[in-house]
Order: sequence, then structure tokens, then C-alpha cells
Amino acid sequence: MTIEDRAPFKDPAIAKQLIAKIRDASLKPVRLMEVCGTHTVSIFRSGIRSLLPETISLLSGPGCPVCVTDQGEIDAFIRLSREEKVITATFGDLLRVPGSGSTLLKERAAGRDIRAVYSPMDAVAIARENPKRKIVFPGIGFETTAPAIAAAILTARSLDLKNFFVFSAHKTVPRALAALLETEAVEIDGFILPGHVSVIIGSEAYRPLFERHRIPCAIAGFEPADILLAVWMLISAIEKGEPLLENGYGRAVAPGGNQKAIAVMEQVFAADDARWRGLGTIPGSGLVIREEFADFDAAVHFGIEISDVPPPRGCACGQILTGKMIPPQCPLYDKVCTPLEPVGPCMVSSEGTCAAYHKFHSPPS
Amino acid sequence: MAKPKSPQTFSSGSSGSSGTSASETILLDHGSGGKLSHQLVKEMLIPAFDNPTLSALDDGAMLAVEKGRIAFSTDTFVVDPIFFPGGDIGELAVNGTVNDLAMCGAIPLALSAGLILEEGFPMDHLRRIIKSMAAAAEKAGVKIVTGDTKVVPRGAADKIFINTSGIGRIPDGVDVSSTRAQIGDKIILSGTMADHGVTILTQREGMAFDAPLQSDTAALNGLVLKMLSVCPDLHVLRDPTRGGVGTTLNEIASASGKGIRIYEAHLPVKPAVAGLCDLLGFDPLYVANEGKLLAFVPPEYAEPVLSAMRADPFGKDGAIIGEVVDDHPGRVFMETPIGGARIVDMLAGEQLPRIC
Repeated sequence: MTIEDRAPFKDPAIAKQLIAKIRDASLKPVRLMEVCGTHTVSIFRSGIRSLLPETISLLSGPGCPVCVTDQGEIDAFIRLSREEKVITATFGDLLRVPGSGSTLLKERAAGRDIRAVYSPMDAVAIARENPKRKIVFPGIGFETTAPAIAAAILTARSLDLKNFFVFSAHKTVPRALAALLETEAVEIDGFILPGHVSVIIGSEAYRPLFERHRIPCAIAGFEPADILLAVWMLISAIEKGEPLLENGYGRAVAPGGNQKAIAVMEQVFAADDARWRGLGTIPGSGLVIREEFADFDAAVHFGIEISDVPPPRGCACGQILTGKMIPPQCPLYDKVCTPLEPVGPCMVSSEGTCAAYHKFHSPPS
Repeated sequence: MAKPKSPQTFSSGSSGSSGTSASETILLDHGSGGKLSHQLVKEMLIPAFDNPTLSALDDGAMLAVEKGRIAFSTDTFVVDPIFFPGGDIGELAVNGTVNDLAMCGAIPLALSAGLILEEGFPMDHLRRIIKSMAAAAEKAGVKIVTGDTKVVPRGAADKIFINTSGIGRIPDGVDVSSTRAQIGDKIILSGTMADHGVTILTQREGMAFDAPLQSDTAALNGLVLKMLSVCPDLHVLRDPTRGGVGTTLNEIASASGKGIRIYEAHLPVKPAVAGLCDLLGFDPLYVANEGKLLAFVPPEYAEPVLSAMRADPFGKDGAIIGEVVDDHPGRVFMETPIGGARIVDMLAGEQLPRIC
């Protein structure tokens, strides 16, 4: 895909036509969940909320990697950064996320060697340049980041590096969506499915979820018209009473996904239970490093176990990630929890629902 | 740390030894106030910044001033990397303070330059930076009339930090201030957003992008003069450096207590910059500029001012991006290309450290 391929999806005229179609078609009140944090930001940034009819509520889902990372996992990252000889190489998003008593940013200010990188391969490069140090990469994210991190582990093995470690806190999306629908008091009429995750796993990966719950699902790209197309697909299906699993991002998502990426991911990782902030433990929704690659597993090398840590008092990140609350309903929102002094991760990450609300909150009508 | 007993300024008195500097790197002795300090001042700085006020080597510069109002500003530069496509830390340091003065409606008169050098800093890098400061000052028509150098041990600073301060004369009848934004004012942006911040980002270690980008660092005092000659009553002038256009507009909305509406479709951004921002998750509205200005202009002057700007190389991509409105006081709203509306808030935390 080139940048030019996206041009029609950026075209305001096409977006305006889709808005008109949605306004005509939407009669019933519906609650649609955009699963992915990048969608949340794009929806806010383009002002889509201010253009949709009142019948449509958009809820932000558990698709921001930092936001769903369990408090115990964050604490583990911080503990690892304090280990002797360790350099923590991390995605920048994680730096400000509060653990129980600290953040990686505060640890860096206290003198730990913590570096923001754009790719896990950068962490491998740091490992090569610093043979006497131990490089720990906190592996967070979904099927989008997992293949790249798996590839980094394979690279480290082929380079015979003994000082590169990943702490895997990866999560997988389809199982979490199923768990979400089975959670009490969750009301969702349709899913706007993530674009990047779907590029990797393919549209057919959602088939079991769809068959079991018969919920309308549409995969969306990230331009305004992409998202509006998915909304229109969902509204049409809901109004007709005919649930459909649709791929609205056909220019990037194949039914079977990216087989190479899936193969790399499966070579290094195995499915296991995972703790999700707000959702609890979901069977089979996480990725652990296979025993064959235990030498690269930070949890094994440093003997780190994740402890049960309650979320900060009053923090409603859990309810927000499941669409039970919107950020302004959280008692801490914009009072004690702000982007500069975040209490929960939803206020930290650039893709977090609370941060997006805070940055773009809807204009007064 | 080596601490001289008295401030070691460019104007350090006694004549130093002649001949070229023997050392190819900066030593602690270059900041000691002794022979090496004098050599540095005499052989590199004074010839480069060549002007009688500086060459007098007094403890401070003595300047004649006309009656009226004076603008005074200071800025410190710690950009990493120090050399980047389109400029370097020296040029940035001169242009930055010249622009701060110009944004007060002032005609810059004189600058000071304070250098903090890390022990071991290559002499030829310093030469390059001093040369580019001199060139930038000449281009902007301003003199560097006083200065200071300090050297700190390796690790106590990163390569080179530069402070520049400056004064400028505000012409009679000119009164620009963020508090003066008035309902109906048109908002003009002098060119494309985010060029500097994105260029610096692509130069950072580990970021290998092959994009045709360069910093927009430039002195805008000439452009401001042209604008003032068309409309002496410019209400607001600001250069949207750190925090970008979005943060600067918020500062103006807050200082004036007025509402601001801008149009996303009218915001000039180079396609390569927009593409990189997209890829890296940056919003160009919050990325730094070093050669752009925002002007709030009475509506009847908007088109003449814009025409005058477009005749200047640093205003050729200028555009009217919005206006001051009578609703939502103190806040900035943006109309999106698809017709939606959203708030443009202040940037929280640093989007990118050490860009200037």
C-alpha cells in the first residue's frame, strides 16, 4: 500500500456522502465499540462524533496496548529496570504509565538506564553495542507488535546474543472481544474492528467470535472515510437485522492475514492465559515465550513473577475499557487524573480513551 | 568544576598570544580566563562577530538608544543534534532571539551570546557554529556585541549549549501583544508547519528516514517589517516554536480571553512532513517551527498583509488559517475537513525533547 492509495479515504467529499447515508439509515439507538485506540484518536481528530446522528453512540474498547496492561505487569517492568546492569529499551508510550509506586520516567530520573525506542530491533542493536549490559524489552501490545518482537528474538538468537531479554505481556484481540461480550452489564451492538491487528491476523480470525455471538463486525482503516464506511456497514446490518462480518479495510486486510508474520509469532510465542486491566484473566488471550526461547525470556532470567496488584483507588479504567463508562463519568477524570499527573493508563497513552477525551473533548453544541 | 573567579567574557582584557590555536578540541583551560580563553576570544569570536562594540573588549556593551520602547528577550539552545539539515545550533540561537524580538514588533539592535562548551568538544565544530552565528547575524542585520564562554568537564554538558539575549527598538505606533487579539481578527500563518521538529526527529540516533526535509530556521524580522509597513496595527505576532501552532494559539486565546476558530483544510503542511507525522503518531499542530509566525490582523488588512508576506521568501506559503470569534472564550476550535469540529488543546508534556 502506498500513501496515494489512501487518498480517496482522506477525501472530505466521500466522507460527507457517507455521513449523509448513515444519517438516513440510522433509526434505532445503537452502541458501537471501536476496539482500537488508533481509531479512537482518529474519530476524535476528524470530528466524526460531532457529525453522527444522536442514535449512534461510539464506545472506546480495550484496544490501547498500554491501557490493558495489568498493574502487576507495569510493576514488573519497573522492578526489571532496577536490576543490576539492566538497560530497559521500551516503546515511549510506556514511560509515563504509573505502576503502584513509580513510573519508568521516574526511574530514569532516579538514574536507571531507560531508553525509548521505536522498534524492538533498536533494542537488539543496543544489546549488540553493550555486551556487558542486559537489555530488557517490555513486550506489550497485540498481534500488531508481537511479530516484530518475535522477529527481534529470532535475530538475537541468530546473532548469538546472550544479553537480550523480552518480558512478554502480549495480548490477542479476538478472544478478548468474546470475553467482553460475556461480561456482565456490557452492552455492545457492533464492533468496529481494528485495522492493524487485522492486517496480521486476517478477517477470518474473527469468524469464531462472529459465529458464536452473531454480532455485526466491520474491520476499518484509519482515515475518516474508512471509519465512516465501517459505521455505515454496521448500521445497515443492524437496521436490516442481518448480522455480518465485513472487511471495510480490504486494501490492507486479507482473509488469512499476513501468513509470514503469523508464522514468526507462532514460532516464538505460545497462547496462554493473560491478565487484562479491567477484564481480569482471559483464558488463551496472551502470548508467552516458548521454552525453546527461554534464554530470551526476562521472566525466566530474572525470576520475575507478576503479583496481584489492585488498580489505583477510584480509577475507572476498567469500566472505561469495557464501555461501561465514558471518561467524564470517572470520579477522578480531570480532577486528580490529568495527562500530566495520570492515575490510570487510559490517561497516559496517546491512544488512551481518557487522554483522547481530554485532548479533544467534544465541543459544546 | 572549573569556576573562573570573574566572569570570563569575550571582553577579557589583555592581549593573548598570536598564532592559531594549538588544540583541536576544547580544553577546560579554554574557560579558565587565562591564555587559552583569550586566544579563543581573540582568534575565533571577535573576528567572526567583527564589530567595534565587541572589539572594545569592555566588560559590557555600551549602546546608544533612541527614545521610545525597547524589547528585551532571551533564549537558550540545547538542540540535539547540533548540526541538522537546514541549519545548526548557532544559526538557531541567533534566529531564535531575533524572532522573539521581531514578535514584539521590534527592530533587533544587538545580541549577546553565551556559550557553554563541553570539554573535548571539537574545535572545528565550534568554528563552524561561530561562523554560522556570524552569518545568521549578518543576514538578520543585527550585531553580536557581548558574550561569554564557559567550559565544563566532560559529561557536565552535552557538546555545546548557547544562550542568546537581545534588545530591539519598537517603532512608535506599534503595539503587538497576545492580549490584543480582537473578535473578527484574521489569523495568518506564514508558511508550512512542523518542518523543524520533524527534521530534528529524523536526524536522531536510530531514525533512518530518507526524506527531503530541512529545518525552517530563519530570521523573520525582515518579514515583520514588510507586514508592519502595510499594517502598523498588527494585533498579535507570535512564533510557534516549541509546542507548535496548537499550543501558541492556546496561549493567545488564554491571554486575550477570546475564542479562536481555525480550519484544518487551510493549514499548510508539506506532504513529506504530514506523511512522517502520520507514521510516527505526531500531530503537526504540536510540532516545533523555527522560521514561522502567526499574525492576528484586523480583517480589512488580512489580504494586503498576506500579499506583502507572500512577496517575502519566508512568507511565500502564508495562509489565512482562521479567525477570532465571539464564542467559547479562551479556547481554540478546529473545523475538520469533513466538517466536524474539535477542540485544539495545549500540548501536555513534551512531544519531543531538545528540539531547540
